[in-house]
Amino acid sequence: MTAVEVPTAIPTPASRTDHLLRRLLRNPLAVISLLFLALVVLIAIIGPFIAPYNPNPANLQSILEPPSPEHLLGTDTAGRDVFSRLLVATQITVAAAALAVVTAMIFGVVTGLIAGYYQGWFDNVASWVTSLVMALPAIVILLAARAVLGPSVWISMFIFGVVLAPAYFRLVYTMVSSVRTELYVDAARVSGLSDLRIIGRHVLSVVRAPIIIQTAIVAIIAIAIQSGLEFLGLGDPAIPTWGGMLQDAFTKIYVAPILMLWPSLAIALTSIALMLLANAMRDVLERTVVVRRKRRRAVTTRTGSVAAVTTAASVTDLGDEVDIVTLEGEPIRHDDDEQASARSADVILRVKDLRVGYGQSDGSTTEVVHGVSLDIRKGEVHGLIGESGSGKSQTAFAVLGLLPKGGSVTGGSIEYEGIRLENGSDADYRGIRGRRIAYIPQEPMSNLDQSFTIGSQLTEPLRVGLGMSKAEARDKALSLLERVGIPNPVRTFKAYPFEVSGGMAQRVLIAGAVSTDPDLIIADEPTTALDVTVQAEVLDLLRDLQAERHMAMLLVTHNFGVVADLCDRVTVMQSGLFVETGPVRAIFQRPEHPYTKSLLAAILDEGPARPPLAPAGTAPQGANS
Amino acid sequence: MSESLLTVDDLVVEYPGKGFRAKPFQALKDVSIDIKPGETLGLVGESGSGKTTLGRAVLGLAPVTGGKITYDGKDISHLHRKERRALSSEIQVVFQDPYSSLNPSLTIEQILAEPLQARGVASSTAKTRVRDLLDQVGLPSDARSRLPREFSGGQRQRIAIARALALDPKLIVCDEPVSALDLSTQERVLDLFIEIQERTGVAYLFITHDLAVVRHISHRVAVMFRGEIVENGDGDQVTSAPVHPYTQRLFMAAPVPDPDKQEVRRVERRALLDAETTAA
Repeated sequence: MTAVEVPTAIPTPASRTDHLLRRLLRNPLAVISLLFLALVVLIAIIGPFIAPYNPNPANLQSILEPPSPEHLLGTDTAGRDVFSRLLVATQITVAAAALAVVTAMIFGVVTGLIAGYYQGWFDNVASWVTSLVMALPAIVILLAARAVLGPSVWISMFIFGVVLAPAYFRLVYTMVSSVRTELYVDAARVSGLSDLRIIGRHVLSVVRAPIIIQTAIVAIIAIAIQSGLEFLGLGDPAIPTWGGMLQDAFTKIYVAPILMLWPSLAIALTSIALMLLANAMRDVLERTVVVRRKRRRAVTTRTGSVAAVTTAASVTDLGDEVDIVTLEGEPIRHDDDEQASARSADVILRVKDLRVGYGQSDGSTTEVVHGVSLDIRKGEVHGLIGESGSGKSQTAFAVLGLLPKGGSVTGGSIEYEGIRLENGSDADYRGIRGRRIAYIPQEPMSNLDQSFTIGSQLTEPLRVGLGMSKAEARDKALSLLERVGIPNPVRTFKAYPFEVSGGMAQRVLIAGAVSTDPDLIIADEPTTALDVTVQAEVLDLLRDLQAERHMAMLLVTHNFGVVADLCDRVTVMQSGLFVETGPVRAIFQRPEHPYTKSLLAAILDEGPARPPLAPAGTAPQGANS
Repeated sequence: MSESLLTVDDLVVEYPGKGFRAKPFQALKDVSIDIKPGETLGLVGESGSGKTTLGRAVLGLAPVTGGKITYDGKDISHLHRKERRALSSEIQVVFQDPYSSLNPSLTIEQILAEPLQARGVASSTAKTRVRDLLDQVGLPSDARSRLPREFSGGQRQRIAIARALALDPKLIVCDEPVSALDLSTQERVLDLFIEIQERTGVAYLFITHDLAVVRHISHRVAVMFRGEIVENGDGDQVTSAPVHPYTQRLFMAAPVPDPDKQEVRRVERRALLDAETTAA
């Protein structure tokens, strides 16, 4: 009954709803539905005035007449004009449905807003009452109400509205409770806005569009239930409604089957129009949401993907961006020093003139990596450093063959021990990715599946990739967990990812990455999400493992401290190009490229600490002191 | 006048525990700090140490279970919404995430004018003020009619700073305001903070996990660990010669951006940790 399909919580910015109607009009089904519904509403308003006959008095002379010029749709069992009854019934049916919808909306939206925004005791009470109402069988309540209060369509629709209110409550409640934790709502509270203003300005705009969709669905249910009640003969026989007409026609279905057609058509077409409209609106809204999520994800994970690139163009004129751009030429190369040449010279990964681009909706391609070349030698740690949007993660993902949707290698080559990998299919990467080349991600938590234990996620690649038995894989996984410094390996093995801390999760992922004894590890900001003390431990672990297993590592980071700690060689990346590359000491001590210099100059560590505040009077402090 | 602008005495913040009759979780245990007018107090700690909770308690966004928060001689620990709103021109905030702290559907002008309108400032005055604010944070005035999504992280953080400045507050709680920014942007935004402070005499409670940042901006530094302040002193002393073992461990853990110095620090850190484990 009230198992209404609740649209998923979609935070929809208000400005989008202004365009909503315009975009809706581009959908032909939505236009037809809107026109039909407008017609229904028009009839509901003017129907009684244009009806050619009085819909109620019986006329025994003209029972069950077929359609004729006098009676366009014929007459019914009591000789009443069907067309007139249909026009008048539209008004009552639509008004009754509207009553149910408005009642449900007032109860549901208001309580949902209050419960979601203030939470506390009201939330508990409202949620409890909602669950109770949802558990009640609506039809039984309506029957009981009719027995006690009489057969009034208005009373039963009001009660039905109350029964439907949870559909709104649930929707508004979930959306409001997610919006209220947004920082801009906190900021508005600190700015001194009243609660009413915050709800009106920041909260309501988000829930507005989903409420419209929900309303279309609730209206269908209201019309269906109301017609159903009338059809069962539980309505007020004195008032013509679609359901009542249907019931009347049903008694003569063998004599005049066509009488069934008109009220059925009215009910069905109206419901279909509402449903199509709701679907069209959801499509329009969801398309906006996809774009928005993508942008947010791109920004938060700093993968510098399409969105970051496309937005960058619009803001460069506003300052804040580093202006030193060299778009042509080879990166500055530093010669190997003692420490760097101590490493072996065998190249295991060779990237040449790599270009990465993203296909745009208009068919063009936006290039984010503009031809970079990189050699990684056996057992060396190569740091790739740059700011967000510089393309460093894109380069790493291209090597892994894991570019986000729409991205592809548009030029150059990636060669791993003689095997060409650029734009490789899953088959090309089989036996390489996850075995010879492993990956350590930035956010450990989102890279573990929350619904499987850590143990099963660690042993699966061992069993599938290396063909180990269950017991072997378990032993190996446990020894790896111990190796990466997890205090109680057996307990962690059995634990689910949400039961361990971020630092532990990253250790688990490192254990997983080294489990297949890879030659190359690609680590994308492996410590960025961790606390500084945990970062130090993870860096120690990575260094020890790297030395112990003689693995090569491509370390993508924006932190110079991490580079200084781990790397043998460093490449500095800016705007999709390598600007400088060389042994770590050369880059830190003798940077040549202006961009590298500016990055190093921005490091705060070496600067002097700010002195204590001088007592007022001895130093100029400005207006307020 | 070395009177404190904000004093926090033995503050306790508890959150109800999960489950029936569970013990409440103490996010802050008897925390005391004070900030003078025009001063920056840096608050360092790792995630879960309670530093953000302290900032939110000062802003009235976290429940005060025990202790007292005094602002300008007035107890503000249990204010009603109405009294709290009156404080909005005194205490303001800049949040960490420049992406969720600005309503995506409002233009920059609407965002910046919001606190002014809540105070009943006429819209023409508000317009002039918005232009002035954008100028103060180094953004062109044509930014007014744009939406937040058209700006980069650093620019959004400038907008958030402008919003905080709109009512001329005396104290701004800065909750990790530069953590989400790139290195060079971070430096510029920090310099903007310092420049504004020197010009207007606003005080900052500057919450961060980044030790380099805290050293750069703070007159004094307080270190938080598991809901308690373990060390509190002048910026230079705390960041160069920390006394508390946790502070020492914290500062040792941060890698130095210099391969040779980092090698030395790494050895020192291991020695310190070994010494601690043998002592324990």
